[in-house]
Amino acid sequence: MLSSKASCNSHGEDSSYFLGWQLYDNNPFHGVVNPTGIIQMGLAENQLSFDLVESWLRKNLDAMGLKKDGESVFREALFQDYHGLPAFKKELVEYMAKIRGNKVTFDPNNLVLAAGATSANETLIFCLVDPGQAILLPTPYYPGFNRDLKWRTGVEIVPVHCWSSNGFRITMSALEDAYQSAQTLNLKVKGVLITNPSNPLGTTMTREERSHLITFAIAKNIHIISDEVFAGTVFDSPGFISIMEAAMDRSLENENPGLWNRIHIVYSLSKDLGLPGFRVGMIYSNNETVVSAATRMSSFGLVSSQTQYLLSNMLANKKFTSKYMKENQKRLKRKKEMLVSGLRTSGMECLKSNAGLFCWVDMRHLLSSNTFEAETKLWKTILCEVGLNMTAGESCHCSEPGWLRVCFANMSQATLQIAMRRLRDFAER
Amino acid sequence: MGLLSRKVTCNSHGQDSSYFLGWQEYEKNPYHEVNNPQGIIQMGLAENQLSFDLPESWLAKNADAAGFKRDGQSIFKELALFQDYHGLPAFKKALVDFMAEIRGNKVTFDPNHIVLTAGATSANETLMFCLAEQGDAFLLPTPYYPGFDRDLKWRTGVEIVPIQCTSSNRFQITAPALEEAYKQAQRKNLRVKGVLVTNPSNPLGTTMRRDELDLLINFITDKEIHLISDEIYSGTVFSSPGFVSIMEVLKDRSLEQTPVWERVHIVYSLSKDLGLPGFRVGAIYSNDPIVVAAATKMSSFGLVSSQTQYLLSAMLSDKKFTKEYMAKNHKRLQKQQSKLVSGLEKAGIGCLESNAGLFCWVDMRHLLSSNTFEAEMELWKRIVYDVKLNISPGSSCHCSEPGWFRVCFANISEDTLKLAMQRLKSFVDSVAINNQSHQELKNSRKKFRTKWVFRLSFQSFHDREQDER
Repeated sequence: MLSSKASCNSHGEDSSYFLGWQLYDNNPFHGVVNPTGIIQMGLAENQLSFDLVESWLRKNLDAMGLKKDGESVFREALFQDYHGLPAFKKELVEYMAKIRGNKVTFDPNNLVLAAGATSANETLIFCLVDPGQAILLPTPYYPGFNRDLKWRTGVEIVPVHCWSSNGFRITMSALEDAYQSAQTLNLKVKGVLITNPSNPLGTTMTREERSHLITFAIAKNIHIISDEVFAGTVFDSPGFISIMEAAMDRSLENENPGLWNRIHIVYSLSKDLGLPGFRVGMIYSNNETVVSAATRMSSFGLVSSQTQYLLSNMLANKKFTSKYMKENQKRLKRKKEMLVSGLRTSGMECLKSNAGLFCWVDMRHLLSSNTFEAETKLWKTILCEVGLNMTAGESCHCSEPGWLRVCFANMSQATLQIAMRRLRDFAER
Repeated sequence: MGLLSRKVTCNSHGQDSSYFLGWQEYEKNPYHEVNNPQGIIQMGLAENQLSFDLPESWLAKNADAAGFKRDGQSIFKELALFQDYHGLPAFKKALVDFMAEIRGNKVTFDPNHIVLTAGATSANETLMFCLAEQGDAFLLPTPYYPGFDRDLKWRTGVEIVPIQCTSSNRFQITAPALEEAYKQAQRKNLRVKGVLVTNPSNPLGTTMRRDELDLLINFITDKEIHLISDEIYSGTVFSSPGFVSIMEVLKDRSLEQTPVWERVHIVYSLSKDLGLPGFRVGAIYSNDPIVVAAATKMSSFGLVSSQTQYLLSAMLSDKKFTKEYMAKNHKRLQKQQSKLVSGLEKAGIGCLESNAGLFCWVDMRHLLSSNTFEAEMELWKRIVYDVKLNISPGSSCHCSEPGWFRVCFANISEDTLKLAMQRLKSFVDSVAINNQSHQELKNSRKKFRTKWVFRLSFQSFHDREQDER
């Protein structure tokens, strides 16, 4: 009666990632009302810097009320042009450049708005890959990709295995192996999708990794999609180098225009600015055909003009964005350090990270056996007995059991302290 | 191996059709009362711009709703973080109440069965993904909204098979037409998954009669297929007969406990009724909990901004406002529509009698040089380039008979409408004079040359349409 998409499980929402969420929803921690509830450490949201955005809002009531200099601009409610509000795109590309230390500049005409990075990623796949073809993804990766990239597109994901032995860095041989696997499965590889900074690792890509990717993409004549939604969460050295900067450094526009036209960035305001509810995502591409097709496809997920108007005003305030970026990074770093030391006290180490809203934690020594069954058991114990919802590495398609993603930016200092105390008690047992 | 996907390299987004071409011409030379009085008047855009002063003034009096405040307290953080694909509960409640109000409260809707999407464009595509496989077909009565070719087919791989409707019975759906469409699909080896109707109709501007709705229910029951009722214009019904929703008919026939109940789905949006297309608020309503569950998950790809959900939940919860809005909006639509109808009459042009929508379905068959789509294109081009009115030719709406055009009235001021009608009258008068003098002088060579010029420009145009097919 219904389509296979509607009736099957390929939305991927039965994985533990979502299961943990559900249990949390039934028994959420609250400092006063439910102090023994489950603490949500599986949600990669940035809740540390709202006060900064709110104070800007209080001083800019007009932008919220669809007014400009006291006059109504309510007509913006009619604006549904899929090319996006020009003022908003202009501010976005300037903001994106600023995050990249102004070492790259972006052309607003190459930017396509989408209803969140979720929409942007799916749209890019629709543009670049046919059903039954494949894209390569380094593991571990964001659990939502199974739904976003595969569900309605009919595209396959082939993992590029990364290992703790070298800090989960992408190697040339891992890329080659993945390509071979795809061929064995009779899958045509159209591209590789990387998340940089990485979710769930919290690390930025090294020069070597970038170099491998570019060499690989040239050799195989495939696309590179760089999901840079966490670009604004880099709080420590080494800094962030966008794929676009790497491409420019290698003069790809002149040396290899083919690859230049096969590099695409996905971005969003959900992680940096902490505004996931506003559904602001985007695709950036040097490829005119992709920009044009993605623009038409964005009809299926345009950004509310009310939101475009508000945020174009906010991002136009350069004083605000500078202050926000600096302060936000400071707070992220502080919170992360709190988490790292708290974990250390419980005998757990994390992968050294310089970005993101989470840490990638090594709990292999707590496994009863070196298996994913043992990992699931551990994850469930931490969820149900310790009352902390973390994300098991298996749901991130990690190739080795024992790693968990633990978020830190979605809770107060007090809550984090309680979480760490619970963990300490558990570790001592 | 193609660098990009087939979806990109083929033309199935349908955006080479004249519907969009006319828009492009308008954008190159848009009419402006002061700056460009000779420009093209946009009568191809089905937007409601007659009543936005009403939500505008509501907004001015309710700054909190736009200011992320509830009872004076800031809820900014809550809203900024809210990305739950189940939607803001208060908004869904306000929305279903509004939908019920539009239907004279003769049906009620359950907020748990509504799924929010970024506009009806997203809602329609999502429903296709939920109900059909690539290569399946949906039956659509002609003429239909040109955007459906993109929305329903492009990324889903679903086919559209037309249910031919004709002027002989005012383009209503008939049982033989339904059966013929079904057989046509079978001949093409396409599995039919359902019927999609737009009620009130775009481009006809008419509401469906009860017997048509009965016919549809009987048909989908017999064939065991789905029915999608795109009711985005339900709030634009400005005169009798009123609007009868498919849900109402199902209820009246006590079909709630039967299998067909779960195969009927409604699409709605605030873009037409409330005139807020920029806010991207659409919805799917289904009686089938599995469809609701799947569509809810799919809505991740097009959620409604929480900022907008909050503002509109406050606006729609204000029953005083919604009541006043509906009454005033209907009046203004009716007034403007009758101005269009009488303006057309003065030019000797008739239209289908309509009681809804933001446009009229205009009969220009008598102005065609021949009863062909080529002649329709010729006429359309003259109207766009010479008369400088962008209207939508029936062929772009897949009408089976040439000579019909959709002309929008709700996106322009009364004065602009008046000017448009003057231009049209002058054009029609000049055509009449020309025809008369040609007959008198028997100057068929001039006519031939005119046709030849237009055929040339039509040819490249036609080629593009061929590609699309």
